[in-house]
Amino acid sequence: MSASNTTTITSIGAPNRRNTELALLVFAVAIPVFAYANVGLAKNGSVPAGLLGYGVGLGLLATVTHLLVRKFAPYADPLMLPIATLLNGLGLVLIWRLDQEPSLGAAMAPKQLMWSTFGVVLFVAVLVFIKDHRILQRYTYISMVLALVLLVLPVFFPPVYGARIWITLPGIGSLQPGEFAKIIITVFFAGYLMVKRDALALASRRVMGLYLPRGRDLGPILVIWAVSLLILVFETDLGTSLLFFGLFVIMLYVATERTSWIVFGLLLSSAGAVAVASSERHVKVRVQDWLHPLALQNDAVTETAQARYAFGSGGLFGSGLGQGYSRLIHGIAPKSDYILATVGEELGLAGLMAVLLLYGLLIERGIRTALAARDPFGKLLAIGLSGGFALQVFVVAGGVTGLIPLTGMTMPFMAQGGSSVIANWALVAILLRISDTARRPAPSPAPSPDAEATQVVRNQ
Amino acid sequence: MNKPLRRVAVFCGLLVLALLVRVNYVQFVQADQLQNDPYNRRVAINQYAQPRGDIVVDGKAVTGHTETNGSDFKYKRTYTDGPMWAPVTGHASQAYGTTMLEGVEDKFLTGDDDRLFFNRTIDLLTGKQRQGGNVVTTLNAEAQKAAFDGLGDKKGAVVALDPRTGAVLAMASTPSYDPSDIAGYSTSDEKNWIALDKKKDPDDPSLNRALRQTYPPGSTFKLVTAAAALESGQVTDIDGKTNSPDPYYPLPGSAFKLVNEGHIQCKDTSLRDALRQSCNTVFGKLGATVGLQGMVDEAEKFGFNKEQLIPVRADASNFDTKMSPDQVAQSSIGQFDTAATPLQMAMVASAIANNGVLMQPYEVDKLVAPNLSTISQTDPKEMSKPLSPENAQKLQSMMETVVNDGTGKKAKIPGVKVGGKTGTAQHGVNNDKAPYAWFVSYAMTDQGSPVAVAVVVEDGSANRDDISGGGLAAPIAKSVMEAVLNK
Repeated sequence: MSASNTTTITSIGAPNRRNTELALLVFAVAIPVFAYANVGLAKNGSVPAGLLGYGVGLGLLATVTHLLVRKFAPYADPLMLPIATLLNGLGLVLIWRLDQEPSLGAAMAPKQLMWSTFGVVLFVAVLVFIKDHRILQRYTYISMVLALVLLVLPVFFPPVYGARIWITLPGIGSLQPGEFAKIIITVFFAGYLMVKRDALALASRRVMGLYLPRGRDLGPILVIWAVSLLILVFETDLGTSLLFFGLFVIMLYVATERTSWIVFGLLLSSAGAVAVASSERHVKVRVQDWLHPLALQNDAVTETAQARYAFGSGGLFGSGLGQGYSRLIHGIAPKSDYILATVGEELGLAGLMAVLLLYGLLIERGIRTALAARDPFGKLLAIGLSGGFALQVFVVAGGVTGLIPLTGMTMPFMAQGGSSVIANWALVAILLRISDTARRPAPSPAPSPDAEATQVVRNQ
Repeated sequence: MNKPLRRVAVFCGLLVLALLVRVNYVQFVQADQLQNDPYNRRVAINQYAQPRGDIVVDGKAVTGHTETNGSDFKYKRTYTDGPMWAPVTGHASQAYGTTMLEGVEDKFLTGDDDRLFFNRTIDLLTGKQRQGGNVVTTLNAEAQKAAFDGLGDKKGAVVALDPRTGAVLAMASTPSYDPSDIAGYSTSDEKNWIALDKKKDPDDPSLNRALRQTYPPGSTFKLVTAAAALESGQVTDIDGKTNSPDPYYPLPGSAFKLVNEGHIQCKDTSLRDALRQSCNTVFGKLGATVGLQGMVDEAEKFGFNKEQLIPVRADASNFDTKMSPDQVAQSSIGQFDTAATPLQMAMVASAIANNGVLMQPYEVDKLVAPNLSTISQTDPKEMSKPLSPENAQKLQSMMETVVNDGTGKKAKIPGVKVGGKTGTAQHGVNNDKAPYAWFVSYAMTDQGSPVAVAVVVEDGSANRDDISGGGLAAPIAKSVMEAVLNK
């Protein structure tokens, strides 16, 4: 037994669980590959020609990421990478499956595979180049500026399907800067709140059982609230504004430990939501669709109704991959916003619940990372990222299933869309980096010269 | 910071939980309702995912199917002699739903019917494609052809019944349409469908005139009035003098005057002669004497004022239940608000021919499973007894006089006893439209009457007397009766 193990501070930390991750990754690759074969057999009666290439490709990506995680973040949470891989893989299969329906337009799967690869590259880059997440703290105000620029940019581009959330770059295609702004603004919030949290928490007056913060501390939340509403008004993007505002409230609450922020947040957001819902036509239509999902429009079935039919027809166990009729959801987004409807129809309630639980698991692992993080910045950053992720999943899945009015946002990892998949891979990378730092055992202290004298009696 | 973190964790857990509860609600609780919502295309897709069962006439299917490509629907309905059979089969269209037998027996034809559960289970176990059941009709292909060809370019309808059972032998309606033309989902189907619309085509070819159109029955309604007169005892001797003025004023001092067409003299004419010449005065007075209640009772025994389900729905024929005596008199000669479907008038003739017993009309003989086992068989059912056998025979004798030397001579068939009644119904404001030509009749053999027919031709000739009923409609009835008799 070496001398280092005889001190009271043990250097044996949490097990790094890299092998668990590897085992899970095998499933995360195998399941989409089987699903791919399944779609081919159901649609064309034969195993798709690209199966080997697809399987090898996905396997290779998983292997490379795994090896790099092993090298650069050895103590990182073992669940997040497999879950992200599985969701991304399933998303690719579903998009490829929807590509088989000519009525839904051009094939998107190859592009999505390319974007996913870029996403994984960014994932690796984050892990390799950001050795410690606290470096991000330095860029608090730069992040704020960058986030605002990204948010405001789409205003200068023409609206697509009623929402100004895209920017189009010639030769590259369209980007949704909101997806990246989500991460960058979280970095800003974490940095800002880490500095201001004491002022916000303590310098307040108690009014009617609530702690009212001082005006100068309340200022930023009002500004952010106004900005998110402005985004909504100019870009008609209810989802993003809800996400940003929710994100900020959650992070404020965690930073200050004051419940009053939640109350303020709810009051302000409901006031804003009501005001916008009753004035914006775009939003009004969504609310009407939500209240009367099966109502006809111009004697035709709406997208909302089609999605609901897809869910209902899926029933408990679904029609089987490739055997549903989610192509009936014509409209604009069967491959992105409505991809969950295909999950619901073809994999059934069982499959949809499994997918939702995967998201739930990923979110809770993120929060777990926040709990485990040792520095306030890391805690705030982790809770911001996972809380935002949770809100996004809730807003999209809730909208598609009719729990809340539909807002245009993408289902992380699964939905077709380059910006979304790339940004979410980066998000998972940052979470992994924080969890690696959090779970890394404390460096072993230098061998103590009086080790002999303080030796403890160990019970074997 | 850990306490709020745990709370956020719980909050996020609740968000996921809410989603799980929601999807359970949608996919489990609401699933059934959503699956079967009529606007859910999957319902139609399923309906055409396997070939439909066939509608069979005389042992031969008048329907079929083809496989279609490039649409949601795998199989498309086809029809043999579509226009001729359209009033019977209706259409089963991928885009425009189902009607008539295709609609009423839809579940059986698609194989969805509970009575086919056993067959479905076997198919499931043996891995066979699900199959639909067949609907075997009571129709007689020869009679149908005679009816359809007889109507030709004219607008009208024919219904022939077997008076002994109530089985429908022929049911034609013109102008007709070919259900094959609208069976699919293509743009040409859509064009054909739009062309069928009443606003585009005033002839309304998709209207089933035999069941869904009521016409003023005109003089053919006098059969009902005669039956009421005999049943109520107003007339016992059909060859005796009636106490009938000419013209007839239903109410003392009323300005309304009932006159006879073509200046025939009908003062005190016997019932037999009055029917032979179709005297309005005699029957108007008889109806008024029998009274509103007696007339309504008799008409309803023949099936008026009630929808008939054969099993396809036929519109209710009308005989008003609240009228003044002069209105009763007009109604008794088939005018005022009196209206009847061709099916209704065929029922009147068949009840008389069947010695006063009206059998429930039906057009489905049996439902047959794909493996040819009979799932259900229709038994002839008595509907009512509008006449006593003696009175029925008196009426038969009178109707035979009409054919032998009255207005219905054109329906004579050598060697067969044929009874009939013509009718020309005026309609439109001030009778300004072309009258409807009617003919109802039956043929009689030693084994009773095998066929009773009602024919209506809408664009009757401008010659506004009973000759048009006898001239236009009687030959059609004759050829239908011959078709049945020769079998």
